[in-house]
Amino acid sequence: MSAAMAGNFVHSFLSSRQAQYLPKKLLSPIPLSPLQPLLQRMLKAVVEANPGIFNRLGMHRTKRFLIDPVNMPFVLLLVPDPENLTIKAVRRSENPSHDARIAGTFLILLDMIDGNLDGDALFFSRDLIIEGDTEAVVCLRNAMDDLEGSVADDIAGVLGKPGELTLTALRKIRLYDE
Amino acid sequence: MNDLTRPELVCPAGTPASLRAAVDAGADAVYCGFQNATNARNFAGLNFTPDELAEGAEYAGQKGAKLLLAINSFPPAGKFDLWRQAVDTGVQTGVDAIIVADMGVADYVRTRWPEQRLHLSVQAGASSAEAIRFYCQEFDIKRVVLPRILTVAEIKAIHDEIPCEIEAFVFGNIGMMAEGRCSLTNYVTGVSTNMDGVCSPAGRVEYKEDTQKNLTTRLGDFTVDCFACGENAGYPTICKGRYLTEDRREPYYAFEEPVSLNLTSLLPDLMKAGVTALKIEGRQRSRAYVKSVVGAFRKAVDDLMAGRPPELTELLNLTEGNKQTEGAFGGKRWR
Repeated sequence: MSAAMAGNFVHSFLSSRQAQYLPKKLLSPIPLSPLQPLLQRMLKAVVEANPGIFNRLGMHRTKRFLIDPVNMPFVLLLVPDPENLTIKAVRRSENPSHDARIAGTFLILLDMIDGNLDGDALFFSRDLIIEGDTEAVVCLRNAMDDLEGSVADDIAGVLGKPGELTLTALRKIRLYDE
Repeated sequence: MNDLTRPELVCPAGTPASLRAAVDAGADAVYCGFQNATNARNFAGLNFTPDELAEGAEYAGQKGAKLLLAINSFPPAGKFDLWRQAVDTGVQTGVDAIIVADMGVADYVRTRWPEQRLHLSVQAGASSAEAIRFYCQEFDIKRVVLPRILTVAEIKAIHDEIPCEIEAFVFGNIGMMAEGRCSLTNYVTGVSTNMDGVCSPAGRVEYKEDTQKNLTTRLGDFTVDCFACGENAGYPTICKGRYLTEDRREPYYAFEEPVSLNLTSLLPDLMKAGVTALKIEGRQRSRAYVKSVVGAFRKAVDDLMAGRPPELTELLNLTEGNKQTEGAFGGKRWR
C-alpha cells in the first residue's frame, strides 16, 4: 500500500479531527528512548544543511524551547545552542522546564517550518499557541523562516525510505484537513 | 489592453529568503532594512546584515527587480552616526532607492550622495501636497509613500499637485492613523516606535492561554486584549486593543480593530488616480505570506494591464483577526 493510499484509507473511516489525533493514541505506547539519538541526528542534519540557521537567535540560542505537537504523545525540548545542540522527546506529563512553548498540531508546525504556512496567520486563527519568552519565539520563527527548501524533507531523509513514506502520508492527511 | 500605466509592485522582505520569495513571486521592487534602529521594522531576529543586503541586491538585480532600503526611523540627538553609516552602506551596496523619514537623514543623503534616489517613507507622515512639495524641493524626493488616511479622490488631487511619484499601500497591517507620530508603544514600554523602530517589542509581549482556552495578550504592564476560545486574535499592539472604559459596559476597541488593509477591488481606481507603485506591508511576516500576497497582486495587476477583470485570490486567511478593510481609501468613516 502506498503512503497516499494509506492516507485515503485512514480518512475513509475517521473524521479529519480523529485522523489528526490518531498518532497521539497509536504512538503513546512506544518508548521514547530509541527516539532520542534519531532526533539528535535529525537536528544535526538540519544544522549541517543550514549552517547559519541560528545566527538570528542571538542571545536566545541558549533558551529552552518546548515544541508541543498537540496531537503527538510527546513534546520536544530544543536548545538551539551551536555549542550544545540539544533536542529531546519528553512525555507531556513530565512538564519539562522551558523558557518558551510553541504548540500546534504536528503538521501545522511542520508546514510552518517548511515555509508553507504563515505563523502570524496561524496565531490569528488560534491554530498556533505561543507562551513564555515571546522574543525568543519570534527569533526562532524568523531563523526557521529564513531557511529555504524543506526542513521536513531533510528530517525525513535521515530516516531513509520509511521517513519519506511517512512524510508523504502525513502530507496526504494534511490535504484532507484543508 | 487599456490606458492604465503599469504600476510597480513593491513588496516586503524581512529575511533574505523572503526577498527571494518576493522576487520569484513577481515583485518589481523589494524593500528591506538593517538589523538596527535605523529601520522602522527593527524586530527581533529579523532584517538584513550588510552582507545579506549585498546578496539580496545581486539576486534582485539578476531577476530585474529593484531593491529599496528603508532607513525610515528618526535619529535621536547624538546618535546620528548609526543612520549615516546605514546610508553609506546602502549606497555602496547599490540599492535603487533609500526610503527616509527624517529630514536630517534626507539632507545627509542628498549632500553626501547627490545621485542617490530618495523615497519619502510613510513614517514622514506627509499627507498634503504642500508638505510633499517641500520634501521634493529640499531633498529631491522622487517618490512619496502616502499615509493611509487618504481617499482615492484625495490621492488623485495630491497627484495633480506634486512633482513626484506616489506609492500607496494596498495590503497588510493598518494601524493608528498617525504614522510616524504614534507614541503608544513608547508610553507603555519605554521603547520608541519612531526612534528605536519597534512597535510592541516582542520582549515585552506576553501571551497566556487559560484552561478554557481564553487567550490574554499583554504588553508591558497592560492587558491589551482577551480573546475567547476560538475567537480570532490580533496583534499585541495598544492601538488594536480592547479595553474597559467607564462609559461602556463591555470591553471595546477604543482605537482600531484587529483588521488588515486589502485594496484589491480598488486597484483600477488607484492606478487611474496616478499611483505609480503599489505597496504590500509585512516585513515581519513569513515567506509563505510574501509568496501568497505578492503572487496574488502580481496576477491582479497583470490581469488589469491586459484588460482582463482581475481574478482576486482569497487572502482573508492572512489578514489580522481574519478581517479586512479598505480603510480610508474607500471613504472616511472614523468614529
